[in-house]
Amino acid sequence: MTYSLDGWQEPTFAENLEKAGVSRRDFLKFCGGLAAAFAAGSAVMGSVPRALAEPTDGPVTADDIAQALDSVTKPVVVWLQLQECTGCMESVLRSGGTTVEDVVLNLLSVEYNELVMAAAGDAANSVLDKINEEPHILVVNGSIPIKDNGIYCCIGGESAESVLRKSAKNAEAILAVGACAVFGSVQAAKPNPTGAVGVDQIIRDKPVINVAGCPPIGEIILASVAYILTHGTTPKTDAEGRPLFAYDQRIHDSCQRRPHFDAGQFVRTFDDEGARNGWCLYHMGCKGPSTFSACPIIQWNMHTNWPVGAGHPCIGCTEKDFFDRFTPLYNRLPRVPGLGIEATAEKVGLGMVAATVAGVAIHTGVTAIRKGAGKRAEAATPLEAFGDIGAESAAVLAEPEVASDDVTATNDSGKVE
Amino acid sequence: MADRVVIDPLTRIEGHLRIELETEAGAIVKAWSEATQFRGIETILKDRDPRDAWAFTQRICGVCTAVHAVTSITAVENAIGATPPPQALLIRDMIMESLAIQDHVIHFYHLHALDFVNVANAVKADPEKTLEFANAIGSTWKGNTVQRFAQVRDTVQGILDSGQLSIFTGGYWGHPDYRLPPEADLMAVAHYLDALEFQRSMIRIHTVFGGKNPHPNFLVGGMACTIDPNRSESINQVQLGDIKNWIDESVEFVKTCYIPDGLAILGVYKDYFDIGASSPNYLAVGLSGTAYPGDPNDNVQRSPIKPGVIFDDDFSKVLPFDPALVSESIASAWLTYPDGKKTLTPDIGETEVDYSGPTPPYEWLGDDDKYTWSKAPRYDGRPMQVGPISRVLLAYAQGHPRTVEIVNGAAESLDISLAQLNSTAGRTLARAVECLISAERLAEETFPEFVANLKRGDISVFDASRWAPSSWPKEASGYCFAEVPRGNLSHWVTVKNGKIDRYQCVVPTTWLSGGRDEEDVMGPYETSLAGNGKHPLVDPSQPLEPLRTIHSFDPCMSCAVHVLDTDGQELQVAES
Repeated sequence: MTYSLDGWQEPTFAENLEKAGVSRRDFLKFCGGLAAAFAAGSAVMGSVPRALAEPTDGPVTADDIAQALDSVTKPVVVWLQLQECTGCMESVLRSGGTTVEDVVLNLLSVEYNELVMAAAGDAANSVLDKINEEPHILVVNGSIPIKDNGIYCCIGGESAESVLRKSAKNAEAILAVGACAVFGSVQAAKPNPTGAVGVDQIIRDKPVINVAGCPPIGEIILASVAYILTHGTTPKTDAEGRPLFAYDQRIHDSCQRRPHFDAGQFVRTFDDEGARNGWCLYHMGCKGPSTFSACPIIQWNMHTNWPVGAGHPCIGCTEKDFFDRFTPLYNRLPRVPGLGIEATAEKVGLGMVAATVAGVAIHTGVTAIRKGAGKRAEAATPLEAFGDIGAESAAVLAEPEVASDDVTATNDSGKVE
Repeated sequence: MADRVVIDPLTRIEGHLRIELETEAGAIVKAWSEATQFRGIETILKDRDPRDAWAFTQRICGVCTAVHAVTSITAVENAIGATPPPQALLIRDMIMESLAIQDHVIHFYHLHALDFVNVANAVKADPEKTLEFANAIGSTWKGNTVQRFAQVRDTVQGILDSGQLSIFTGGYWGHPDYRLPPEADLMAVAHYLDALEFQRSMIRIHTVFGGKNPHPNFLVGGMACTIDPNRSESINQVQLGDIKNWIDESVEFVKTCYIPDGLAILGVYKDYFDIGASSPNYLAVGLSGTAYPGDPNDNVQRSPIKPGVIFDDDFSKVLPFDPALVSESIASAWLTYPDGKKTLTPDIGETEVDYSGPTPPYEWLGDDDKYTWSKAPRYDGRPMQVGPISRVLLAYAQGHPRTVEIVNGAAESLDISLAQLNSTAGRTLARAVECLISAERLAEETFPEFVANLKRGDISVFDASRWAPSSWPKEASGYCFAEVPRGNLSHWVTVKNGKIDRYQCVVPTTWLSGGRDEEDVMGPYETSLAGNGKHPLVDPSQPLEPLRTIHSFDPCMSCAVHVLDTDGQELQVAES
């Protein structure tokens, strides 16, 4: 058993920090960020107050902290849940780094969240109305169904769109957490019966941080919020608004099974020899080569494991429209040189272009994949990250693949059936 | 003249539920249960690869994660004829049972407890007396120390002093019906926090087998995780040791913390064993965690209790369960059937969205005949309770020894009769009882059986013979009945030419939260509030009492609402 019963519940915020071994420098930086972000009014653009700008080393006392914190209050958070499954809040409850206890009791004042808040009905709505008038951090789980006047998700008698707009008005930072809030996810999959869209399709006048995933790893969700507190600004993002600290690496490039890809060692059927030896799941439909996420690095549930580690191909849940673009789940990713990052992988690794193009049918999803990934590929993907590909992989990858729209076309082992 | 009360959002549940009430002289006389979210996931499944269905249906709910996925793969296997190896089934059982434990703990401490526990009152407690209180109620939880209780008290005091109450903002802390002594409040708040740590730790059982939680990964035909005692890249003794620890933690937490807390709190609110009586009929196909391919009556070897129903609160008589007696009414739902029919059996139902409610924002829905997205399932024409209360009563009536023992013990210590279990407190008690039974089954039966098989060299987890769509019949139907935390769940699938032709889910919270049928008979939520005109609601601006009763069902609204394939056709219940 790894959990302990102490470490986070000191009487005061100050003592919590002190107990956590926060150095003076870090603390003052933290306070500067806090003050700049919230006390000064403008969340992410403020400057560090002069009194806090000259850090000195040495242990910090509770008095120092208390004095410094006199001028700031805990940031207020509105945490909405719109059209969704509550999996994102459950993931928050699982976070073992920054814990939900830290966030709710020590770091922030989470005054509106339907899953955990004490108040209900009118009392809850009054709280929300009041905070909406003040500067706050807005976190959103869930999509917004805009079809038919918003009848498919109503809260307190109001449409989800209306609830979102009211809370976004005075929000100083907006985080869309989870695949639904980012792009609509499962309910937005074809034919999207309720017209579900993501937060940044409704809120266009402010930047939206997209914490992608279905759900995102709990630690990443809370780190995205804590990042604002620590740094006094929202995290740097990729072209799709995803924080770089968690989405700058392709799964394929950080995967523990990558050496097997390079060596041409592939699982051909679930539970075969290769599977039992932890070989590469590319042929089982792994979407790791097209998916940006820190799953292999941070892992899940306090670093216990992650999907590929448990033998299942990555389903690409941090990528836009994965329920349409990455399904059927067990079909091998299309391999189309010249059109996107997968192609780039092969070009770099194999040093050949034209030979592998021949005979390859173009998957209808490729255009969509390229639209999503292209910007990133240009902006942030280092080509050298693909490294060398072994001779056996080169041979395997050079085999032409049949387009996989038809469920019967390619399946296990990439064979045509 | 009745006063109208709206509770929306009804918080500390999964999803979006609106309750409308009419009250007279401090009692509820009318109630409407209204599901206000609709997603249409079954529509989306049409024409997709049936091997993918688990990933879509799992996203129906992230609180009862995994259960829709397991039910889905079991239904698909039933259709295509795949036979998952015994070890794969045991892995799924471990996932289902561990979820049952974790979900009940989260419900009790994080969703339900604040209905009874006054956080603001906890600061008045003396930490030493709090320890005495914990000892007095038989809580031997290792977190019970004076130092710990003092820390928690000071944390709460700090929050109150700061004026920023975070998730406690707007709570009904001045309500006269918070009754626990300060020591009990402080102990419960400490355990609220301990339960967060606990669930985070033990749920890693899912992470070992499914790679993540929420939403672990599954596989039609078995499991994707490999097991082999002699390979580092398969699940081996290292993970078995972890799992054993997490299971032991579970038994310990439930026994030494959850059960004593539940009994103590419900003992103080004992009148709630006479409040919130709901529909007197109960349905279950087995103990919690069961998942049967096909007709559950043909699969009883995997569960110590048989599928069955109880009518009219007659706990002495268990009637056989007949899937053909299930029907669904749309009398109160924003849906239509052809020819103006109000109730159809699922095998011939055709359903279309027909929203007749007001354009939002709106103030009141209950004046219309139709007021919810949820259908109203009926069994033999009757509304049914499902969930822990039904499983516990059916197990008790069938003489399941451990259930009888625990229920009798609890009833004796609380001085209540079996009949009083049909109540707000009874449903909450049944959930705690079931949680203990699940933890013990996991520790004493499921996990040891898995290890014993492994010892014999049984490491197969996947049936590859039905993986390729070319191995499937041109057309096939299958289904699965499962017992998941909130009650009976079934998925129904028809596969045609390698793709999903029809898909339907019949979900626990639909059984419970559905509204009136064409005979104007209320659903279980509504009955629990307005069934006898006696349910208290003292102060409509602080609807603490109805929150207690609705929370006792553990609503999961995202699960509740589902309909339609692309043709607007309800899915056929197939014989297989």
